Amino acid sequence: MMLDDFMTRAALAGIGTGLAAAPLGCFVVWRRMAYFGDATAHAAILGVALSLALSLPVFVGTLVVALVMATIVAVISGRGYAMDTLLGVMAHSALAFGLVGVTFLDGVRIDLMAYLFGDILSVSRGDLAVVWGGAALVLALIGWRWSALLTSTLNPDLARAAGIDPKREQLVLTLALAVVVAVAIKVVGVLLITALLIIPAATVRPFASTPERMGILAALVAMVSAWAGLRASYALDTPTGPTIVCVTALLFSLSTVASGLRRAG
Amino acid sequence: MAHPLVKARNLTVRHGETTVLHNVDLHVDAGEIVTIVGPNGSGKSTLIAALLGGVRPVTGGVERARGLRIGYVPQRLVLDPTLPMTVERFLGLPRRVSSARAAEALERAGVPDIGDRQMAALSGGQFQRALLARAILEEPQLLILDEATAGLDQPGSAAFYRRIEEVRRDTGCGVLMISHDLHVVMSASDRVICLNGHVCCEGTPEVVAAAPDYRRLFGAGTRGALALYRHHHDHEHDHPHHHHHHDHPQDAAE
Repeated sequence: MMLDDFMTRAALAGIGTGLAAAPLGCFVVWRRMAYFGDATAHAAILGVALSLALSLPVFVGTLVVALVMATIVAVISGRGYAMDTLLGVMAHSALAFGLVGVTFLDGVRIDLMAYLFGDILSVSRGDLAVVWGGAALVLALIGWRWSALLTSTLNPDLARAAGIDPKREQLVLTLALAVVVAVAIKVVGVLLITALLIIPAATVRPFASTPERMGILAALVAMVSAWAGLRASYALDTPTGPTIVCVTALLFSLSTVASGLRRAG
Repeated sequence: MAHPLVKARNLTVRHGETTVLHNVDLHVDAGEIVTIVGPNGSGKSTLIAALLGGVRPVTGGVERARGLRIGYVPQRLVLDPTLPMTVERFLGLPRRVSSARAAEALERAGVPDIGDRQMAALSGGQFQRALLARAILEEPQLLILDEATAGLDQPGSAAFYRRIEEVRRDTGCGVLMISHDLHVVMSASDRVICLNGHVCCEGTPEVVAAAPDYRRLFGAGTRGALALYRHHHDHEHDHPHHHHHHDHPQDAAE
């Protein structure tokens, strides 16, 4: 069967992750939440430690910790510390506690590198189900709230006047972000998840005239990058997660040059 | 008496230690234009935010008519440069509108043919009109404008207020606005509320203009506004032509 091939599974996992991450990434870019994404992702390492300690699926642990993290940040933001200070404290504390916590786990020799940089080639059928289930959930959530999210991104008072609660929409994004982190940890690892969120969105910005087009184009770029990165890492024998991010970064450079030329010409 | 569209009762709002609004009462009925004037830092924008539900009052509360549709024109709208947005797409937020309706709204707002342009590429006047067009597409029962003419020149803001009066006439909506353009506002409003943390005085433009509190707050700066206001009324009663140049809005603006 097709899914017996590890390359096929890896490609499907990468494409599924890109499909979910890129449209959400547009909101991360529009709302300047890149650091928020980083913080949620770093906290996931603590989730990995907890999952292993409690013998839970890694997906569950990372999802819960990412959610708790994002919620704490959302609740205590605007109370004295600047947002980036707060996120820096939370993100790196969670990462550090996670890294330390893992060493206390007796008898478990886990390869931390796999969680920091992803291990897409070892994706199982179960992982694939998690990736695509998570992607479907995120896309459904964002699709359902699209207009409300967009309006609150534009201006919170504009949203309130239209009967939209910007806080609730923020929560929707937070939830989606936690799911994407939990899904992407296997594919690119916690250190590179933010790249998958923001680089495709930034790449297509010069070529999009509406938010919808930007979301769709970003998803295309992310999926192409995942596939091309996988092929490249196979051919060059390089780590796959970082190679995927390298491809998106190259596409970003091309896009920047192309839009610069177009403006000059 | 008909129910007001929105009503604030005994509203007190604090930002940290500072009391920004103190026991403010306010209501807007269908079909009336109410203007809030007040110096900088008098809590005007906070009052609007409280009416929209974005600020939680310490005491008192805000009641809105059930299912009230609000059209809101913010003081300024900063689009993040990473967010692409055509005018037509913007008009369809949060509820999609057909291209035909969007085009018609822009036509009525006096800015036809800008539907395909990016919001970020508009001039200040076009931008404000696009904001107003979007608010009107919501078919609001209450239109709220927060310094909507900031950045427009005088003819521009006069045209803007004429447009708002048309909307009120055509749809019967209530209008609540904040403005710095005292002279225009004074003639365009049914009721003026002078705010300085609390409601200093309130009533028809004439009553407010004559109130000592109002004069203390706005001092010499309002002489032009009063002059223009009287000038409008004089037109109806006698022949003030020899005053005409003296009372011209351009003079009043100084």
